[in-house]
Amino acid sequence: MIRNLFAAAIFAALAAGLLTAAIQHFRVTPLILHAETFEGEGGGHSHGEAAADHVDAAGTADHSHDAVALTAEDEAEEWAPADGFERTAYTTLATVLAAAGFALVIGAVSMFSGIPITFANGFLWGIAGFVAFSLAPAYGLAPELPGMPAADVLPRQIWWVGTALATGAAWLLLAKTRAGWAFAVAAALVVIPHIIGAPGAPDEPSAVPAHLATEFAAITLGTSLVFWLVLGTLFGKLNDVFARNRVAVPAGATA
Amino acid sequence: MNATTNVSTATQSLSISQRMIAGSLALLLGLTLLVGTGFAGDFRLHNGAHDTRHAMGFPCH
Repeated sequence: MIRNLFAAAIFAALAAGLLTAAIQHFRVTPLILHAETFEGEGGGHSHGEAAADHVDAAGTADHSHDAVALTAEDEAEEWAPADGFERTAYTTLATVLAAAGFALVIGAVSMFSGIPITFANGFLWGIAGFVAFSLAPAYGLAPELPGMPAADVLPRQIWWVGTALATGAAWLLLAKTRAGWAFAVAAALVVIPHIIGAPGAPDEPSAVPAHLATEFAAITLGTSLVFWLVLGTLFGKLNDVFARNRVAVPAGATA
Repeated sequence: MNATTNVSTATQSLSISQRMIAGSLALLLGLTLLVGTGFAGDFRLHNGAHDTRHAMGFPCH
């Protein structure tokens, strides 16, 4: 059964992740690359040392494909995937691995809560995952392009994780009980992170044109919705298939 | 219909401890993957997963 859970999670994540990576390649990454052409212009933005490192790294990768010329230390200091195939390959890999991470996390929630992920309810798991991990965090931290002003990364990561956990807990609570108090607690869990408020961006002009930023926000949220619906539905379908096979096989025939 | 029955039967046939073990393993591996792709500060992980972080709404930079 443990093997079935992992197999269903991994296969569903592979399919949903590859589909998402394809959408990202055609609709999302071009916006990131476009935004990066404005990064460093106008001098108005700052998002900490990490960002400065990143700009340097991206710039270096652009201009020196003969990494051989760099000393080993320089190379280690400034490594970033080269634009083109290498960058696309890394993005695809990272998206598939993140997909596997999300799949295993909802698989774990299913195991802990005793609520199975099936073809019948996989769509709902997908919607819950989208709201908890994409929509609720985005409500406070809008999808961000390189070059946009933003608060320090650690406080934003803490708020992101806290919001995802609280929103996910609200879903789980309502999945387990529809008592009146549960609605009240769930509403509080959903709302409190937004009352606390996400770390605000510094009041600086963005290097990125507004139309790029709005397009990016809409497309990334839409892509995340597709990802989560496919992941949840497929995860449920595979769980059903594996469970059926398990029932069909005589006890003891599988490890 | 049938599938759902089978699945819930299969899930319920698991003991609590089996579910906790499966859940813990899945949670551990899943969080490791998410931290590595979405949160780790190491510049190699950051730069390798950069576009994914932006695309999936993880805080980046």
